[in-house]
Amino acid sequence: MLVNQFLFLAALLFCIGVYGVIARKNAVLVLMSIELILNAVNLNFVAFAFAMETQDGHTFALYIIAIAAAEVGVGLGLVLLIFRNRRTISLDDLSEMKG
Amino acid sequence: MVAQNIGFAIIATIMVIAAIRVVTTSNVVHAALWLVVVLAGVAAQYILLAAEFVAVTQVLVYIGAVMVLFLFGTMLTRSRIGVNSGLNNRYSNLGIPVAMVLFAAMSLALADSFGTEKLPSDGSLVTTQQISDQIFGPYLLPFWALSFVLLAAVIGAIVLARKD
Repeated sequence: MLVNQFLFLAALLFCIGVYGVIARKNAVLVLMSIELILNAVNLNFVAFAFAMETQDGHTFALYIIAIAAAEVGVGLGLVLLIFRNRRTISLDDLSEMKG
Repeated sequence: MVAQNIGFAIIATIMVIAAIRVVTTSNVVHAALWLVVVLAGVAAQYILLAAEFVAVTQVLVYIGAVMVLFLFGTMLTRSRIGVNSGLNNRYSNLGIPVAMVLFAAMSLALADSFGTEKLPSDGSLVTTQQISDQIFGPYLLPFWALSFVLLAAVIGAIVLARKD
């Protein structure tokens, strides 16, 4: 197995996630795209840990998983709050802070 | 080695198709279920990379907890369950060239810097004991910080989602 096959897969997942963040309007779907991006980064960490025969990458990957869980919890809490106040979670409608 | 490469290719193909479905499907619940396929594929790649503890954590935390959160979020925000147009921006096609250019730049950089560098063929399994020695040894301080982040996130989510 090459190092690059995992890195290319991670790069592809990352780019699909970036497309999702740009293209989606529904806040829940944007959060899902962010999960894709975080998973791509994790795959890179574990691939490098295997290539260099250390365990540091695994530790970082575990920390990122924990941070991602916290991020989804707070993110969905915010989405629920926005929905309760505005009756919509379309990100295009949240433009009060536009200059 | 050949068997591992075939396994990688099959799982990677499924993952990429599922990831594209996540960002293109017109149904929020289907997107969540396709995301499960991607996350399970990532867990399978971890096993291929001899990272059993990270793979198990991926299944427990992502497929177990995060997906339930997403499905709850979908349910509570009453995104219409069923085919739902209007999930994309007006300028959603702008994302395609951005992602393409980003992938081209990353591919060039990767091909240039790693070329045909091989993974060690006799990589040993990373045991849970080694990972715990890492977490409770050199990485103890970030572990504490992470505990506080999780605590703050739990309290924050409760405060935000509370009625009144």
